Amino acid sequence: MNRILLFVPLAIFALMGITFWVGLGIEDKTSLPSPLIDHPFPEFELGVVEDGRTLTTADLQGKPALVNVWATWCPTCKAEHAFLNELAADGVRIVGINYKDDVEKARDWLAAFGNPYDYNLSDPKGKLGLELGVYGAPETFLVDADGIIRAKHIGDLNADVWKKLKPQFDAMSGAEQ
Amino acid sequence: MENLALYLPEIGQFALILALVMAVLQVVIPLLGVNQGQLWLMGYARPFAVGQALFLVISLFVLAACFVMDDFSVAYVAANSNSLLPVQFKISAVWGAHEGSLLLWVTMLGLWSVAVALLSRSLPLDMVARVLSIMGMISVGFILFTLETSNPFARHLPSPPMEGGDLNPLLQDFGLIVHPPTLYMGYVGLSVAFAFALAALMSGRLDAAWARWSRPWTTAAWIFLTVGIALGSWWAYYELGWGGWWFWDPVENASLMPWLVATALLHSLAVTEKRGLFKSWTVLLAIFAFSLSLLGTFLVRSGVLTSVHAFASDPERGVFILALLGICVGGSLLLYAIKAPTVASVGRYEVVSRETFLLLNNLVLVVMALAVLTGTLYPLVYDFMGLGKLSVGAAWFNTMFVPLTVILAVLMGLGAASRWKKDTLPRLAGVTAVAALVAIVFAVVTPFIVQGEWQGKVVLGLGVAAWLVAATLADIWKKSHGKLAKIPKLGMSYLGMVLAHTGVAITIVGVTMVSNYSIEKSVRMSPGDVETLGDYQFEFTQSGKIEGPNYTSQAVRFNVIQDGEVIEQLTPEKRHYSARNSIMTEAAIDVTLFRDIYVSMGEPLENGAWGMRLQVKPFMRWTWLGAIFMALGGFLAMLDKRYRRRVGVAQA
Repeated sequence: MNRILLFVPLAIFALMGITFWVGLGIEDKTSLPSPLIDHPFPEFELGVVEDGRTLTTADLQGKPALVNVWATWCPTCKAEHAFLNELAADGVRIVGINYKDDVEKARDWLAAFGNPYDYNLSDPKGKLGLELGVYGAPETFLVDADGIIRAKHIGDLNADVWKKLKPQFDAMSGAEQ
Repeated sequence: MENLALYLPEIGQFALILALVMAVLQVVIPLLGVNQGQLWLMGYARPFAVGQALFLVISLFVLAACFVMDDFSVAYVAANSNSLLPVQFKISAVWGAHEGSLLLWVTMLGLWSVAVALLSRSLPLDMVARVLSIMGMISVGFILFTLETSNPFARHLPSPPMEGGDLNPLLQDFGLIVHPPTLYMGYVGLSVAFAFALAALMSGRLDAAWARWSRPWTTAAWIFLTVGIALGSWWAYYELGWGGWWFWDPVENASLMPWLVATALLHSLAVTEKRGLFKSWTVLLAIFAFSLSLLGTFLVRSGVLTSVHAFASDPERGVFILALLGICVGGSLLLYAIKAPTVASVGRYEVVSRETFLLLNNLVLVVMALAVLTGTLYPLVYDFMGLGKLSVGAAWFNTMFVPLTVILAVLMGLGAASRWKKDTLPRLAGVTAVAALVAIVFAVVTPFIVQGEWQGKVVLGLGVAAWLVAATLADIWKKSHGKLAKIPKLGMSYLGMVLAHTGVAITIVGVTMVSNYSIEKSVRMSPGDVETLGDYQFEFTQSGKIEGPNYTSQAVRFNVIQDGEVIEQLTPEKRHYSARNSIMTEAAIDVTLFRDIYVSMGEPLENGAWGMRLQVKPFMRWTWLGAIFMALGGFLAMLDKRYRRRVGVAQA
């Protein structure tokens, strides 16, 4: 038998490896896809944590926003909170979805750690979260002025993540102006 | 000391680090000994393997303790457990998600290494040193992976949650307690065959002795895989609630691929041991089988097969996995390319011979594995290319599998009846003619008597199953010269083969019957309603609520009536798990050897009515019964005298 033949399995494996690698590369260049991207934000009619008034999908439109899914039972949300406060201080509009949570606890939390949110939608049963395809808190959606979801981030928002998302968010704000 | 519990996770992590140190030593010292020809260095392979396993076991126990004590400061516990979870599920939650299953995986690798260390007295010390060193390398890779990217002991501090998120209700079940560990034992067990193959390559001693050492280990891993796959199928059947038992989803495929290749490997090893042939091919199969196990465990857990996006969302893990796979598979294939023998094997065999049939059987099994691999990876490649999402449906897999299984079954009968080295077609035709005739008659007549009509698939399925059993029986008859008393003397290996092949036939019958003769009905039913399906009447007697430890369920009670008599009461449920706010359907099943009655609840309708799904599935149990036969067959083969005789010689 020719020794060259024995290299065939290795060559095939290398080819498969390269395909995977290139595939990962392509994947990295685009932002994380979600079936909802470039689709309108799901319809909702929910109470606001802060004052109990009811808002609908229409209230989300008008200005680009980060829609942040959080809960008081979620430790990572706590870790993320300080950064959201910074973003809000820089003038970024953040809308919260208080996910599968208790309104009283959420109010206490906001009083204790600061409120970076324009307002918080209370989603105690997780219905809106389900429609958004939320895996777990925290998750953040970039929603443009027309209420279209443009990007999604799973996990906490921090300076590194924001570095990647900021250009897209700024472009959305620019287009609006 | 009462504060010990506070630091438990750190103790677990520290044990894991110590295991890593042991694993590194287990790699380096014995190999150095082999290289320098120092027996005392090689002798360290065994103690290091034992030490490594010990620390891994401690680590796993600590993680289990964290679950039992509801230590929600541990992120992994908080994500997968809940104080209300029954204690057995707290323990099984240890392997309910990625981090813990990795720890379980390496712990099992450690235990397999110990088994090799303890049961290898008949092996030359340099082989033991090489084998354990290679297993150590795998350990090092995966302990590093666990510590670096998937640490199960990571904490949520300083503000731990008060309550955990609960275990996925789908996984709160006896099936989850036993299925993953069994499957993992199989996956990891194939590392032994892999390590033996690489050790043989490294030493240049690819011979019958190597095949004989490898065989019982490969068989052991194969048994675990067989049982694990069957358990998975059974679990999906009763837990997912719609009565399917095989879905061709990536997770199932990932377990089927190594099984197919390991089956091929078992038969190829037989040829290598008996006849000294197919050495390179055997080595290659050992590498493939373990590579597919790795693919099975990790790519599925990491989510790459179900969604590329899950992979990319955690690139650190993804890249680590790719690197590990690359080193492991690429490295072993490189070693293969450099060291595999190019000289043709000495033994000769005719075109018509058992060697040929076993080679053909190998090819069919590998083609099957490739078909599954293609079907599993194709959607992934498609997605990579930006062409969108698609899935290769069950129909495609069935189209590939049905004809291949038929060919395989025909070959199995011929292979078992044929002779080594040289056989002739007339002789072979002579000894199998009766079996073939029996099979054809059985396959044609039975469906007609039972159903009054023929279906091609049924005739084919029953035909090959009957052929397999008949050919096997004819072979026993011939070998024992028609004397029952002689059968036990035919050897455990042979009887194991008989049992395993019979198991394949049983599974084929089960699959054929349940795929072609199942009946079902989706109906709206209110209390007092009676529905008829096949020979059975289903009477909806009452509905109510059941309180479980961490769920509440709505339940319906049914009387199953046959010939005017109530033969069984069935209580399907729809459970609501509060912690995750999720709903699970619990089917109620009445089982006999020849049919399953399967009742599951659909949606609640107005006025106390429910959408119900009623199914009668003939021969369902046979599908899994066959797997039990296969596993028992493997077990018998492992008990064969010649594996123990070696030990005896070495001790004498």
